[in-house]
Amino acid sequence: MILPFLDNSEIKFLQGNEACVKAALAVGCRFFAGYPITPSTEIAEGMAKELPKVNGTFIQMEDEIASLGAVIGASICGVKSLTATSGPGFSLKQEHIGYAVIAEIPCVIVNVMRGGPSTGLPTLPAQGDVMQARWGTHGDHPAIVLSPSSVREYYDLTIKAFNLSEKFRTPVILLPDEVIAHTREKVEIPKETRIINRQLPAPDANKAKHQPYAVNSADGVPVIPNFGEGFRFNITGLVHDATGFPAATPEITEKLLLRIHKKIAAGDNEIKGIEINLARNSDIVVLSYGSSFRSGAQAASETGVGTVKLTTLFPFPDKEIKELAKKVKTIIVVEMNLGQLVREVERAVAGQSPHGGLVKVYGINISNGLLIHPEIIVRKIKECQKT
Amino acid sequence: MSKDIKEYLRLDKFPHIWCPGCGHGIILQAVLRAIDRLQLDRDNIAVVSGIGCSSRAAGYVDFNTLHTTHGRALTFATGIKLAKPELTVIVLTGDGDCSAIGGNHLIHAARRNIDLNVIVFNNSIYGMTGGQYSPTTPTTDYAATAPYGNIDNAFDLCELTRAAGASYVARSTTFHAAQIPLLVEKGIKNKGFSFIDIITACPIYYGRMNKMPDAVDMLKTQRDNARNIKQWDIMTAEEKQGKFVIGELYNKPAPEYTDAYRQLREKTHAL
Repeated sequence: MILPFLDNSEIKFLQGNEACVKAALAVGCRFFAGYPITPSTEIAEGMAKELPKVNGTFIQMEDEIASLGAVIGASICGVKSLTATSGPGFSLKQEHIGYAVIAEIPCVIVNVMRGGPSTGLPTLPAQGDVMQARWGTHGDHPAIVLSPSSVREYYDLTIKAFNLSEKFRTPVILLPDEVIAHTREKVEIPKETRIINRQLPAPDANKAKHQPYAVNSADGVPVIPNFGEGFRFNITGLVHDATGFPAATPEITEKLLLRIHKKIAAGDNEIKGIEINLARNSDIVVLSYGSSFRSGAQAASETGVGTVKLTTLFPFPDKEIKELAKKVKTIIVVEMNLGQLVREVERAVAGQSPHGGLVKVYGINISNGLLIHPEIIVRKIKECQKT
Repeated sequence: MSKDIKEYLRLDKFPHIWCPGCGHGIILQAVLRAIDRLQLDRDNIAVVSGIGCSSRAAGYVDFNTLHTTHGRALTFATGIKLAKPELTVIVLTGDGDCSAIGGNHLIHAARRNIDLNVIVFNNSIYGMTGGQYSPTTPTTDYAATAPYGNIDNAFDLCELTRAAGASYVARSTTFHAAQIPLLVEKGIKNKGFSFIDIITACPIYYGRMNKMPDAVDMLKTQRDNARNIKQWDIMTAEEKQGKFVIGELYNKPAPEYTDAYRQLREKTHAL
């Protein structure tokens, strides 16, 4: 096939990580701190090249923990900030993910999933960090985790990640796998970008009396000023009250922890990302995310079954999966790990009994550094079709 | 002095957490005196701290204050300084915080010569967790985790940061309380990484375990063992045994990091 010559139009031939850089710049990210790690380094390289041109800042820090520390510091000053890493680096990032959760500092963390545990398979894909993305940092905390299955989706979800993090004042984890990060495909870049900025105090706010962590709106999100704008307030990783100072009574502790969970739950409509395509003549669906979805969709089209694509992994779409369980008899979950999101699906469908029988959930869970071949999925679908 | 330094304190957050005899309050008031002398706009000061007794200081002062994670204050401070170079950024930290868990961040912030002002509340012990030995606990001293005497060698934090690239390095003690504001003032004025190591007393944990349970005894030890830089330079190696140097140890202007990045930006604009 001969590709048509592309002039300076909005259609680009992009690698996943390059799309991430373009989207971050489009949504207003002006600070990046990172540490070199395969297979995410193209993001750091792209930001190093582009940020100074737009008066932004790039810094290569001494380690992964420092990178997220610097990102949070810049965000506290009102600058949209990004870091990118992969497995071993993501493990190190967990400390500051928790800090950003409790201090409610917007930031985006890209974790390009490679094979683990430990150094594992630095250049090969996996989807083994799903539960780490949900539960990696200590203590009770909510998580927003997005995972793209194409380069275009990587672009869109980068924008969504920033918007959600600004709106809900929380870290957002973007979880592409190595295949999506390194795949090059045609991307039509949207001409307009929907941008959400964090809410700041009104210009006439009483700076001495403003309580940075007080919540007066139903969304549960506090109006925290930026540093250096005259408010002189305190931010801490300790449990704190509405003033932002440490306080640890049972009432204050419970109120804070429940609020940071509820603000994410209340935003479900905006956060969720699920596409359900049921087949007219089949009660089987293939559910997947990331590059595994591409294999799953291929297998589904060959066998005439439905598909479910998740672009938001967490909060997990319990409600939608419970509804799905009323319509289908079999859910085949495909992922490059030894069984992570499949357990969430099992949990969500537990007790749902359409047609007088329980929904069957099968996992195709393979973790060997290879993209899951559609043929493997086709085989399982055919097996299910026979029974 | 134009103002009572109480004006810089969040007195509604008192009483503070520090034990009787602790030297941290001496350091904090000295830092506030330096800020007052410089007549800095409070809205443009960010105070960043880590974890430990020292790091609670940030909560008591009326600036933009950020209490971060253990050892990592400098990483947050780096992000703040890069995002808003117009802010004066002061990092309040302890010996364990900045030189053990945060040791890597310390040497790299110094290497960049980024315009941060680090004040170390150096009491040679982990106070908040109950008296475990730190990287500045002298060899043979006792600690909760060194019940038979410490076999580790101690860091000289001033030598460390100077070697790493800090452009201003100074040391004082809580006994030399009048000297501290002068050093902090010069540190803040220096456009680059300024490191000020203040030897302070933890009579409750360090002192009790090392035959100095009285705060005054600890201050006397600081007085007896500290030697001014001018004196130090003419002392023999033998005379230096068991003593340490105080004063302005290094002050040499060098290109500053946020300035260098601004120039880099301008270069890309010209492309």
